[in-house]
Amino acid sequence: MTEGTAVAEAPANNLGLEQDLSDAVVGTWAEDTEPAFVIAPDRILDVLTRLRDAHGYDFLSNLTCVDYQGYGGKLRADIDARLEIVYNLYSTRRGGGSIALHVRVPEDDTVPSATSVYPGANLQEREVYDLYGVKFDGHPNLRRILLWDGFNGHPMRKDWHEAYYEEDAKPFRSRHPKGEYAFHEDKLPWAKNTTYPAGWDPDSWQEAVAYVPVSQAPQHEDEPHLDTESIVVNLGPHHPSTHGVFRMLTRVEGETILALEPEMGYLHRNHEKIGERNTWLMNMPFTDRLDYLNSMSNNWAYALAVEKLADIEVPERAEYLRVIMAEFTRIVNHTWSIGFILNDLGALQTPALYAIEEREMILDLFEAVSGARMMCNYMRFGGVVRDLPEGWHEQAAYLANERLPRALDELDRLLTENEILKARGRGVGYLAVEDLIALSVSGPMIRAGGLAYDIRKAEPYGIYDRFDFDIPTLPNSDIYDRYYIRLLEAMESVRILQQALRDMPEGETLGGRGGYTLRAPEGEVYGRLEAPKGELGFYLSSDGKTQPWRYHVRSPSYINLNALGPMSVGYKVADAIVILGAIDIVLGEVDR
Amino acid sequence: MFGTGLLKGLGVTLKHALDTFEDDRDSVPDRYRGSLDLGNNRRVIQQPIDQEGLLTIQYPEEKRLLPERFRYIPMLIWDSEKQEDRCTACGICAKVCPPQCIWIVRDSDENGKPVTRCSEFYIDAAVCMSCSFCVEFCPFDAIKMNHDYELAVYDRYPQLVYDMEELTVPLEYYAALWPTQYEEEQARRKEEEEQKRKQEEEKAAKAAARAAAKSAAAATDSAAAQAAPKRSAAELQALAKERAAQRQAQAADAGGSDDDAAAAKKARMEELKRRAQERARQRKEENGQ
Repeated sequence: MTEGTAVAEAPANNLGLEQDLSDAVVGTWAEDTEPAFVIAPDRILDVLTRLRDAHGYDFLSNLTCVDYQGYGGKLRADIDARLEIVYNLYSTRRGGGSIALHVRVPEDDTVPSATSVYPGANLQEREVYDLYGVKFDGHPNLRRILLWDGFNGHPMRKDWHEAYYEEDAKPFRSRHPKGEYAFHEDKLPWAKNTTYPAGWDPDSWQEAVAYVPVSQAPQHEDEPHLDTESIVVNLGPHHPSTHGVFRMLTRVEGETILALEPEMGYLHRNHEKIGERNTWLMNMPFTDRLDYLNSMSNNWAYALAVEKLADIEVPERAEYLRVIMAEFTRIVNHTWSIGFILNDLGALQTPALYAIEEREMILDLFEAVSGARMMCNYMRFGGVVRDLPEGWHEQAAYLANERLPRALDELDRLLTENEILKARGRGVGYLAVEDLIALSVSGPMIRAGGLAYDIRKAEPYGIYDRFDFDIPTLPNSDIYDRYYIRLLEAMESVRILQQALRDMPEGETLGGRGGYTLRAPEGEVYGRLEAPKGELGFYLSSDGKTQPWRYHVRSPSYINLNALGPMSVGYKVADAIVILGAIDIVLGEVDR
Repeated sequence: MFGTGLLKGLGVTLKHALDTFEDDRDSVPDRYRGSLDLGNNRRVIQQPIDQEGLLTIQYPEEKRLLPERFRYIPMLIWDSEKQEDRCTACGICAKVCPPQCIWIVRDSDENGKPVTRCSEFYIDAAVCMSCSFCVEFCPFDAIKMNHDYELAVYDRYPQLVYDMEELTVPLEYYAALWPTQYEEEQARRKEEEEQKRKQEEEKAAKAAARAAAKSAAAATDSAAAQAAPKRSAAELQALAKERAAQRQAQAADAGGSDDDAAAAKKARMEELKRRAQERARQRKEENGQ
């Protein structure tokens, strides 16, 4: 364990901790970028508890790990602990920026699990365990999550190399100019590239179905005369209702769910490892593939984080264009989501098709401006890549002023008063908003529970402070409200669009400094925005080179799944499908 | 009252059904407005932004009209005026490519000295993510995005690894696909060339004075170059030979000789030109409407 030098009153006071905890802070990290405090590992739970209870930091937004083996920067010259756990905390009541805490861990050491303070740390700690091999003491269910048990090693560690590993950083030297290239297909020895952990036998391995908490689910005891038995049922990895390859491991009693555990990773491609080899700019098209319905806001979130780190200015017109694209994207996402909640409810296709009629037109606009309907790759550091083509503005204005309001009203008429939707949705999937916050859930889900927390207002980014719009909230925190909140939010997006299209100035669309040779200064940054599905954040750390040292995506789809189990217990199997639908996940972003 | 919500919703469904149905009964439905009729039931459709009712495009007979900026797989530009590839083998596209799907081999002259021309250029279309960074950062306007998206083949390899021959298109083809951008580029290039020409004229006057002294030095230079060839020259030659052999084998498989291959390439260029003209015609018609 690395004990820093004795410690400075100053960082402790900056953190605002009381005297009895000031010895927990052992230093600061990268003071000139974001305030970040290094905490002694054995005191982290005390600090988290105090910050939550006395200082209002009720939202554990981001929890991740960084491997500093071989780090070339100056900031960690005298530190030998290899791994570093990062916590980003926010206050949903007060709004404003984050507090970042770091805990330094030597290889193979353990860290106390934050799940007792923030239950939302559950999935994120499992991910860190899976990808970095850090063990968390006291975690209720610490097993691999994105990879399977037979996976050898922890792939995000800097010394882990995949099959056909070529080089640590792009561009690879074989591409130019000498012609020493080899196509992977030429050397692909099928099935010979797999290694297993030591002592692990693929033939005798069986997946344990009795996972916690599924194994600990209460047996049926109120009516012993019924002599029934609870059974384990796998929902997925396909159908539920084909949001993608995702599995829900459930224990059911009759049709009632006693326990539910999400299983994922089928679409895992180690996006973050790819991101650490890419140059800063190369990651931009990769972000398109996260939440592939919302590539525009993914682009923006990444650009936002890098701009914060490298201090890049964005021209006025580009800011407006970003808002316009992001709000169009929000409408696309929400109408799509509404359509599929209804699909999951059994209203097969009709509402979904009506809901995506206008989506088609928005995608046409995206294609006209960026060249692709979904993989837009439109934003760059310091602006957007191209200005609008001729006639685009008129079409967008027509959509925003006439067509979209009409379409959303029509959707409202079609669905909101519908008695079946009410019967199936009211009171189903209830979870109190306090619990949702504790589980790190963000986005429309918490606003449907009555909490008006939206990053566009709580910590405005871009130019959102210039627009006049409301944050709709609904009180009931059930499926019906989760449907309706999305409709209301889409209507607010239309309002923002109308203002942005009206006020957009002429001028530059791309500032100068964000090209492919960008070297972000050493430091770390956590940038986030209100993506349609919730808080989308990018945690980046740089050692001053052309590649990010650490590239982590805090994806809302993934972390919102924390709430899936607690929300489903006690409801029927058929409801679980809709509860999943109302979380609104995209597997590209869940599995990364 | 119970059921009013349902009834209202059904009203919406009815309206949609009628909108679509009514439109279908017209001799030229609304959704074909502004579309191009290619005859033989083939059409290029541009969905009007104010069209009501559901639109189904009967692919492959009907296709969408692609916007100019549509990007799919890169293509290399053959400058038809100058009769040369625009590519100078600078390698920037290979460096910025996020999935690293571009391989470039820089050509060398008979002395093994690298020249600004590539001998091989591959794009693995199975890996390409259509991000168009190569286009964005190419300083010579040599690589552009193609609109041709019907690339399905039975095998991923080697069919989807495109070589230079498959990637190269004439300038006219590009001009037809990207008319607006092409115009802007031409204007810029002309200006640059004009400037260059002026500079060179000035230079030429100066250079002429020094030419005599230089010729002696050049003789020794080339001797030195021959004495110490570049390290990889032999490898390069071997590779080039291997590749040539492969190509010949491929050509032989296809039942043709070198002449046939050349003829095939010429035919393909002609075909591309023809398609480019067709597209230009379509665009004109569309603008006319």
